[in-house]
Amino acid sequence: MKVLVTVKEIAEADDDFAIEGTDIAETDLEYDLNEWDDYAVEAAVQLAEAGIADEVVTVTVGPERAEETIRMALAKGADRAVRVWDDAFEEGFSDVAAKVSTIEAVVEAEEPDLVLGGVQAADTGFGATGVALAERIGFEHAAVVNDLEVDADAGVAHVHRELEGGVEELTDVDLPAVLTVQTGLNEPRYASLRGIRQAQRKEIDARELADLGLTAEDVESALTITSMYEPESESDAEMIEGDAGEAAGRLAEVLRDKGVGA
Amino acid sequence: MSDALVVAEHRRGELRDVSYEAITAGRELADARGGDLHVAVIAGGVDGFAEDLNREGVDAIHTVDNGEEFDHNVYQAAIATLLDRTDAGTVVAPNSVNGLDYVPAVAEDRGLPLVTDAIGFEYDGGLTVTREMYGSKVETTVDVDGDRHVLTVRGGEWAPAEGVGDAAIESVEVDPPESGARVTGFEEVGGGDVDIADADVLVSVGRGIEEEENLELVEELADALGATLSASRPIVDNGWLPKNRQVGQSGKVVTPDVYIAVGISGAVQHVAGMKGSDTIIAVNTDPNAPIFDIADYGVVGDLFEVVPELVDEFA
Repeated sequence: MKVLVTVKEIAEADDDFAIEGTDIAETDLEYDLNEWDDYAVEAAVQLAEAGIADEVVTVTVGPERAEETIRMALAKGADRAVRVWDDAFEEGFSDVAAKVSTIEAVVEAEEPDLVLGGVQAADTGFGATGVALAERIGFEHAAVVNDLEVDADAGVAHVHRELEGGVEELTDVDLPAVLTVQTGLNEPRYASLRGIRQAQRKEIDARELADLGLTAEDVESALTITSMYEPESESDAEMIEGDAGEAAGRLAEVLRDKGVGA
Repeated sequence: MSDALVVAEHRRGELRDVSYEAITAGRELADARGGDLHVAVIAGGVDGFAEDLNREGVDAIHTVDNGEEFDHNVYQAAIATLLDRTDAGTVVAPNSVNGLDYVPAVAEDRGLPLVTDAIGFEYDGGLTVTREMYGSKVETTVDVDGDRHVLTVRGGEWAPAEGVGDAAIESVEVDPPESGARVTGFEEVGGGDVDIADADVLVSVGRGIEEEENLELVEELADALGATLSASRPIVDNGWLPKNRQVGQSGKVVTPDVYIAVGISGAVQHVAGMKGSDTIIAVNTDPNAPIFDIADYGVVGDLFEVVPELVDEFA
């Protein structure tokens, strides 16, 4: 079977950052592989190592800069990558439907049996693309999966969905399916030196919308970010000043006052 | 004029609190748009649930008696039916694990714009939603095109609806397609030797500890204070501490007398599990870390310097 993994390069704000217009200043952002997607890549690579998946392909909607992140997924064992970008995405914030339209076109070309992706992207935190994609492409789905066993012969994925409060739901999901993966599903590997060398030779297929039979209209977004600001601190904490020794001294006072360690 | 449809959430026989919060959010939206508030309650003991959900401001409750527990196929079919039968322009649902399992599919199926994890909104001829980005470091306002939309609302942001309403309660039949996802059971996780929910004092460790071998440092502190050791999610994901030590939405909800957060930034999922603590002490290098918003005492500093000094204080 073929596994498609949706991989996003996410932006993280530095501790000190400035807001320019409706986004954080480019110079104050660091880019990285989305943590949740790292677990999805690992799950796919493990399926390949177990002889269940024949091919692991990653798909990313992102600019050329994202290739560094995509190489990380390739170094960990994905076979090849598709990266879609277009001037149309530079227009503003892409909503869930815009991303789904783009990935749908890649799904049509790749015909995967299983699509894995992270529960959410660390930067935008929508948590919706995978399930919306499943609805669009007519796949079954399960969100927030923290345990996965694929029975390819039966065409079923046995999953646990991590509900709130330490309860897991056990579900059998018919393939083809889209599963959104929670952190903790597995132990994502570090890329080996050999993997990193091999990744340099693996294919990253860069596509624009027209290559996928799409137009800018197909990725028009219904959402516009109109402002961004730092939330006002609601803190009424006593902030303890001084060096580590002084801070510890005051904390000890507070703790003893509460009857702790006394 | 347009109505709002709130979808209630329940699990294993109990309505979840966020259902009542979603009712408040839905009422606000219905008021702003001069419409009625509908509430859908799907699967399980719907008649009993309907009584509980009949709070002030609810105009109609639609019960869908189909199965016992959450099944996204049933939810999707039920909401599609209700959107056809009512004038609801907006669907409001909890931003929960189950919410994220059906709401995006509803929005996609109906071709409606979707905004998840809302912490506020305004309606003034058009909908503007407030939500966070970049791991709670910023808030954004998002304008939503059109006059029909789907929203999920974060727990704890709206007050729960109270009082008793005089909603019309009606039963709705749906005929969902055969499900390709079948729930076979539930499992409680995180049992074991220690119940952190019983502890009076918790020393809780997060990503800031950096390496597994550094855990020794917080273990020493817990020992010195006679406290129990707990952790935020990344520590458990890494396998450094067992699941029964995890504080947060997917772990345990704790309410100790004193909660000492060491190297924990205070993501919303973590805060949901410990904000009820009597006294919260936080040590973190990032002065903007959201943990300080709920802390009673804060130290902006390096845990590797502060914690050993604190251990010495109690040596």
